[in-house]
Amino acid sequence: MAEILLETEDGDLDSVPMSLQMGPSHPAMHGTIKMRLKLDGEIVSRSEVEVGYLHRGFEKSCEAVTWTQVMPFTDRLNYVSPLCNNVGYCMAVEKLLGIRATDRCEYIRMIMAETSRIGDHMTSVGASAMELGGFTAFLYAIEVREEIWRLTETVTGARLTHSYCRVGGLKDDLPPDFEPNWRAIQKKCRTLIDDIHALLDKNRIFLDRMRDVGVISADRALAFGFTGPCLRSTGVDYDVRKAAPYMKYDRMKFEIPVGTIGDNYDRYLVRMEEIEQSFSIIEQCLKQIEPGPINVDDGRLVLPNKDEVYGSIEGTIAHFKIIMEGIKVPPGEVYSYTEAGNGELGFYLVSNGEGRPYKCRVRPPCWSLMQALPEMLEGYQVADIVPTFGSINMIGGECDR
Amino acid sequence: MGLESNLTGTFVGSRLSDALNWARKYSLFQYPFVTACCGMEFMSTACSHYDISRFGAEIPRFSPRQADLLFVVGTVSHKLAPVLRKVYEQMCDPKWVVAFGACASSGGFYDNYCTVQGIDTIIPVDVYIPGCPPRPEQVLDALMMLQEKIQREPLEKQA
Amino acid sequence: MSKKCVERLQAHFADQILSTHDAAGDETVVLKRDKLLDVLKFLRDEADLAFNLPVDLTVVDWYRIREPRFEVVYHLYSYRTKQRIRLKVPVDEDDARVPSSYSIWPGFDWYEREAYDLYGVVFDGHPNLKRILMWEGFEGHPLRKDYPINKRQPITTLLGEKS
Repeated sequence: MAEILLETEDGDLDSVPMSLQMGPSHPAMHGTIKMRLKLDGEIVSRSEVEVGYLHRGFEKSCEAVTWTQVMPFTDRLNYVSPLCNNVGYCMAVEKLLGIRATDRCEYIRMIMAETSRIGDHMTSVGASAMELGGFTAFLYAIEVREEIWRLTETVTGARLTHSYCRVGGLKDDLPPDFEPNWRAIQKKCRTLIDDIHALLDKNRIFLDRMRDVGVISADRALAFGFTGPCLRSTGVDYDVRKAAPYMKYDRMKFEIPVGTIGDNYDRYLVRMEEIEQSFSIIEQCLKQIEPGPINVDDGRLVLPNKDEVYGSIEGTIAHFKIIMEGIKVPPGEVYSYTEAGNGELGFYLVSNGEGRPYKCRVRPPCWSLMQALPEMLEGYQVADIVPTFGSINMIGGECDR
Repeated sequence: MGLESNLTGTFVGSRLSDALNWARKYSLFQYPFVTACCGMEFMSTACSHYDISRFGAEIPRFSPRQADLLFVVGTVSHKLAPVLRKVYEQMCDPKWVVAFGACASSGGFYDNYCTVQGIDTIIPVDVYIPGCPPRPEQVLDALMMLQEKIQREPLEKQA
Repeated sequence: MSKKCVERLQAHFADQILSTHDAAGDETVVLKRDKLLDVLKFLRDEADLAFNLPVDLTVVDWYRIREPRFEVVYHLYSYRTKQRIRLKVPVDEDDARVPSSYSIWPGFDWYEREAYDLYGVVFDGHPNLKRILMWEGFEGHPLRKDYPINKRQPITTLLGEKS
């Protein structure tokens, strides 16, 4: 298809290499990626990725707002798992402040981050399947996500961009009927996930296009800075939740699924298994969680409740100061990292002691993954670009920020 | 269709335009220009739970030449703006544009060096959907508003 | 644990180290630029350090607050020895260049391009140092503190208007 056939003098048909532009407006490129390909027939001999089409100035915007107001911007980094970003950012600011959230708050954050992770992996798997023609699996995956979003909506008030965490606490406690709701949803999701397994795991078309495609070795993956499911698919069991347990992950029993050769199928299996682990973590959290305060007891960080704001002058002033000036974070720098849907999500914050971040750098896991894409595509066919790109799970908001 | 100039303002012309508009509004072929977060809600709207196909806009066409409704879903940066404009120019008339979400409508809260402050600075827009991101119900509402708008369009606009 | 790698660096590159701190538990070493590549290679190749995962590279702009103006910040992680370290290299505005670490970790390829794009710090020896998030032709470096937040440089105009 991509060859230009030229008739040579002795009448043989010969082909010359062809260059091809893929994207940014291409259904598989998510609208925000352009690839320049050098093709030798159907084989990709070289490729170059161009990103930046969704650069929204995350850092510059964060420098202009207060520490709390950064929260909505973090939602829109990896917009498939916003709660993981919320948690990551809050933990970074709390590390800079030298405080730790309350036990109940940490459990709730874990529960919500894990639900987000399930949604993230489901979207990634579903979209990959759809791009390979498995539309039914996509519909099931989105249905799982829909169930989860309806639950998170009852907790956070929003379907997608939650802004649920606050520095030193949360916006609200879990609603009283969270646990029964979760059990009902979990049951539904399990059925749907079993269906997805049945549709894809042994599907000949799916296997042929995923197996032994987009292979990357463990050493190369590490050198490229891979983290998350893509690194684990190569056999490296690096998971921030185990390597440097934050919150209450040290009290959880869960496995880190790893792949063997680092191809697309391994990445798919790792994601599906991580969903199971997330279910189990949420189950353990719900068993261990105890009633208690969700916010730290510090009037300089946490907004006073509404009775105090309307009923006392101290409350009004405290509210006004936190809203207008922002919480005061001591000068310094900190790098805090958590396991988000795509890998290690790091926040490097620099404060100069004022109410606004001096620098709010996010280390996006996709950024490292994307730069390895040309190497992962080399020698494969044009059609293999789609599943490989899909299994990397590039999220524009996080990659380009 | 070549007849517009003769039929404009006549009884036959208005009946003809009613029939054409009715056909058009229930067979919208959309081109989702998906860039950012709103794409997730677009997925939800298009999938089985909310099912946009109930409103006659089922099939996304990923070629602008086969589409007559452009959904601009998500933030458009200055780097992406020429692409959007080219996509719009490639669509055949009659065509409509929906600005999906706050960013596409006005730039949203990204008031900074790299974000286009609303796609209406580049291409004409028919319906704006507020929300960051909008709920699927809002999207369906916008689609119905667009259908009403299409139904009211006079014959001479349908060249 | 990470203390050890700072000590190792102090033993080997005492003349290169400007200062160290471990605020909030993050081991940090501020380095001179001269032998940066040697230090990075040392960190990667020594068996008891083995920093094989390039985590993050960014720049801090201390416009009118500190001299020298820029600070290039590296974050590294070792999967084998489970250590983390942060390296900082201050550079002047007039001479904003550091040697590229691309040859040591290919994973810093895009990070360096991004730092060049948004801050204008040049990485000597990078094979493909061009803009990555902004487009070719964009003037200035948007994350510098003296770049106004809403100074836009549109490259297309309203349909129908002359571009």
